[in-house]
Amino acid sequence: MTTVINVPQSLDDKSFEAVLEQLAPLALDEKVLLDARHTRWASPYGLTALLTLAQTRLERPTLSAPEAEETTSYWARTGFYRYAEELFELHGAAHKHRPSTESDVLLEITPVAKSEDVHEVVWRIQQKSQSILARELNIDARATMGFAMTLSEACQNIVEHAGRGGWVAVQTYRWQRRLGRRVVVIAVCDAGVGFRKSLETSQTRRLSDRWDDGMALEDAVIRGVSRFRDPGRGQGLAGVRRYIGRWDGKLSVRSGTARIAIVPSWDDDVPLEENLPYFPGAQMQITIPERVADR
Amino acid sequence: MINHIDLSTVLRRTVCDLYSDLVTRPTGAAVRDGIEKQLAELGEHTLTVIDFSHVGLLDYSCADEIVAKLLIQYVVRGGAVDLPHRDAYFVFRGVNDAHLDAIETVLERHDLAIVAQTDDGATMVVGNLAEPERQAWEMMFRLGRAVADDFRREAGIALDEAERTLDALCRRRLAMRLDDGYVAVGATA
Repeated sequence: MTTVINVPQSLDDKSFEAVLEQLAPLALDEKVLLDARHTRWASPYGLTALLTLAQTRLERPTLSAPEAEETTSYWARTGFYRYAEELFELHGAAHKHRPSTESDVLLEITPVAKSEDVHEVVWRIQQKSQSILARELNIDARATMGFAMTLSEACQNIVEHAGRGGWVAVQTYRWQRRLGRRVVVIAVCDAGVGFRKSLETSQTRRLSDRWDDGMALEDAVIRGVSRFRDPGRGQGLAGVRRYIGRWDGKLSVRSGTARIAIVPSWDDDVPLEENLPYFPGAQMQITIPERVADR
Repeated sequence: MINHIDLSTVLRRTVCDLYSDLVTRPTGAAVRDGIEKQLAELGEHTLTVIDFSHVGLLDYSCADEIVAKLLIQYVVRGGAVDLPHRDAYFVFRGVNDAHLDAIETVLERHDLAIVAQTDDGATMVVGNLAEPERQAWEMMFRLGRAVADDFRREAGIALDEAERTLDALCRRRLAMRLDDGYVAVGATA
């Protein structure tokens, strides 16, 4: 029997929870069909999380691609179908991959599994990001370097902790409804061991009555705790936090059943959500808004 | 003699000749290993310029491996029993604002300080350093080579306090003893 999972019309980090809620009661080996025919828009998080979701299923899932020409064409430009055709049975008008020549896709969906992949991602983002971030988001050159550093550290989380490969994508778009400004968004998703299990392998982990995905995220994201004894570890996420703080950005990290967010004044997200439907690995989103005051 | 290690050359030789960015922890560890191999050939007492001029991006993981972990072996901490196996001092040259961001972060984490020469030629101490020690290094940098008594006069402090301050800078690898005098790291590089 195949269970149909409805993919929301607008697929982002928030609405992806609706997909996970539908999946929650299903066994991992149950056949699912992800119905994205009516999906009109997807963020980098939405697209990389879809690929990640497919990695978690024991039975290869089916994906019905968006019917709207504009949408499926955009998904093709992000490189989504190149990887989706390996992970899903694809139905519908899935386009052949076309390298993006437009400025909105700063980094096509890219697999990250090893250190060399991070080098490649950093090299590619620097080719494209400097002029676009400066021109469209009014972010200066110094911040562009910080942006690439942030991307590097976010990707290294997969290499160092996930235990399996993941995906990264970077895109700019106009966030009309929530912000009325352009944003640049980094999404880094994996279906690996997640923060809680990663930290559990540390012999230095403090013992406490409460130990769950939420606390693991607080330890890693807020307190810079790492599974490694090395005191130099844990600086990557701290650096990401510092960067988003400097540029009024937002960081959210979901792992297991919890999601933590560093919330800027322009957003009304909650700092910590718990008891979410379980999803393996870690899914990170970094949002940097266009700077308006300096214009 | 002042030695010179170009990080982009070490990167190309130890990791890959396609990259100019110092990113990822394995890359940083490989580059530090390359630096240490060069240092091993240079003898027991060394002053080495670590040159970032041709490095594109430096991330936190690489800064931790290359700067903090390199330095930490030579810094004598309070209460340390073992002396460093080699008397090595470093000047980090060609450092830009983005490099500094990563370097300062890791130095603060490890309670370290370095002498950095920025890409516009300025020489400064970067990292965790108490204000009196920072001022002492700046004074020594201006004086060039000096004995404790010169420094005492300049700083307007007692001789034993001057010696304590200069010895503290030496332990942190920010000044070197040269015969019966002292010289600020960076003043000669």
